[in-house]
Amino acid sequence: MAKIIELDKIGMSFEKKVGLLQPNKRIDVLRDINLDIAEGQIVAVVGESGCGKTTIGKIITGLMKPTEGELRFGGKNLYGFSLNVFSRTREQVQFVQQDSYAALNPVLTIRQSLSAPISHHYKNYSAADTEKKINEIMSFVGLTPPEQFLSKYPHMLSGGQRQRILMARAISLEPKLIVADEPVSMIDVSMRLSILNLMNKLNEMLGISFVYITHDLATAKYIARNGNICVMYLGEIVEFGSVEAVLRSPKHPYTQALIAAVPVPDPKAAKQGRDIPIKSMEITSLENRSKGCVFYDRCPYAEEKCRNKIEDTLVDGVRVKCCKIGELPEWTN
Amino acid sequence: MENIVEIRDIVIEYKLKKYALRAVDGVSLDIAAGKITALVGESGSGKTTVASSLLNCISSPGEIVSGTVRRHTGPNEVTEVEKLGENALNEFRWKQISMVFQGAQSALNPVVTIFNQFYETMVVHENYKPKSERKKITKQEAEQRIRYLLDFVNLDADRVMTSYPHELSGGMKQRVMIAFSLLLDPKLIILDEPTTALDVITQDFIFKLLQKVNREMGIAMLLLTHDISVVAKYADYMAVMYGGRLMEYGTVEEVFEHKYHPYTRGLIDSTPAINKDVGLLRPIGGEPPDLLNMPAGCKFHPRCPQCKEICKQSEPKTVTMETGHRVKCFLYEDEA
Repeated sequence: MAKIIELDKIGMSFEKKVGLLQPNKRIDVLRDINLDIAEGQIVAVVGESGCGKTTIGKIITGLMKPTEGELRFGGKNLYGFSLNVFSRTREQVQFVQQDSYAALNPVLTIRQSLSAPISHHYKNYSAADTEKKINEIMSFVGLTPPEQFLSKYPHMLSGGQRQRILMARAISLEPKLIVADEPVSMIDVSMRLSILNLMNKLNEMLGISFVYITHDLATAKYIARNGNICVMYLGEIVEFGSVEAVLRSPKHPYTQALIAAVPVPDPKAAKQGRDIPIKSMEITSLENRSKGCVFYDRCPYAEEKCRNKIEDTLVDGVRVKCCKIGELPEWTN
Repeated sequence: MENIVEIRDIVIEYKLKKYALRAVDGVSLDIAAGKITALVGESGSGKTTVASSLLNCISSPGEIVSGTVRRHTGPNEVTEVEKLGENALNEFRWKQISMVFQGAQSALNPVVTIFNQFYETMVVHENYKPKSERKKITKQEAEQRIRYLLDFVNLDADRVMTSYPHELSGGMKQRVMIAFSLLLDPKLIILDEPTTALDVITQDFIFKLLQKVNREMGIAMLLLTHDISVVAKYADYMAVMYGGRLMEYGTVEEVFEHKYHPYTRGLIDSTPAINKDVGLLRPIGGEPPDLLNMPAGCKFHPRCPQCKEICKQSEPKTVTMETGHRVKCFLYEDEA
């Protein structure tokens, strides 16, 4: 499978003002991120709030320029392109945000919101062509008949319908990859599954790759069941591999804690849940993070050597950032 | 089973200029003493409105049209909440039933230290008592009580008491709110979506803590949530609400085993689980109902896969099964 996007040792840091005469403090939000996304693949990025998962999404879509490392699109450095090629390339990566209400202009009708990107990027389209295209994508995302929705304003639609509009807008430029940032966390529970199924349909029928950013492991497992998962903690990828392998036998202590904490919709299984292997519930702040293992402060198995720089280890096809692989207690299901 | 609170046929309307919006219609709910009861529903299903009726603090222009809320205060003592006068109601609130509101972040006063917020509540509540029973609460007495509660929720009391809310993390603020709700030793705590803004690991810590409060202090809890997985893991009883109606009520084990009501079934079957390997799950079709334009008959019928002709015309009665399980659906009317 051809790779669409490669993140090679990507780092992202921000400057924080400390005082008037003191030098600015540098905060590393992302450190040493390596991630490949192949054609037609679904990659789930999971982690708690503040771990940098949305920043990865913004870097992949080209909204933020990484301060370190190389972002390759189709094998070439994205930031080596001329402005014209850069924007042509960016068309192929689309972004679906969490808050569908904020993502749509409240004073434009759905038709206006959907036609803007089409007429901007396809200069040779006539008005009739644009209308035809809009009808096509609306039917594809399950908003039928399209006429019933096109003249409405965003506030007249439900959360689930607005999320479908965002999906329609994302596929209007026939992208190769869609980055979906928590697309279901703000809609009603009974509507969530249908949005996840829609993403599956776009993946299977149009061959669009997805980066699904979420804090919910259960939906990550559901959507990326044949794909990869990338577990993040404090700006680093701590574990990366196929969803099946990572969730069956998590290797990194953080992944283990995360999986142990997820409630399952089955009272019998849930009530005999395991204890969470973790030392404290407080997340260390990015500024005080250790130079070595990012999980050092909360890891129950941490020892002196964890304070050194940690390299990736490959175990059974899963990439783990932990120096104590093989010394940890066996994970049993 | 002993009930601490019984809600009977409560109807709550929000009176607007042109029409009245019926947010809750004919809900009856028992809350068992010393147990965790979960009230499950989507946004707009009326769960927060039902919970607010327990404290008679439904936000204006909402009001209770009919029905009763009975709080069993002793063996033969009953307080009818909606009949309490202003002073009695003020004394009742927090002392009998307290509430942890959605978004602990905004429930704390940002310009008052945690200690002063706790202390103020203790002093103010003393003033609601009849004059002869009032005591003066010294800061030392208050500190002892507050320190005990903050220790109980695993917080560093010395640090937290002198802090302002912005100096604490989300998980810490939520624990401060739990300690705060325990301040006057209530018999029931209402928890409105206590972990929605928190991460899964923090969520688990908070619920373990709530279970400790429930078991060691014997305090009953009413947990409002939309997350069916959380209910499965932490609750004893559950009630499912849809469109202002109570659709199903029973023990958590029984609801998950039988899934009598088609809505409950849809909700449970459409929730992805991390411990199971399944292919595609089937979502509940359609959209949640519009409260201003409710369908006739059963409120769930436009989305129901087992909809019959009668469901479109009239609303089903609540059927009580042998086990005490209650369902509001025509599929089970014969079994009553």
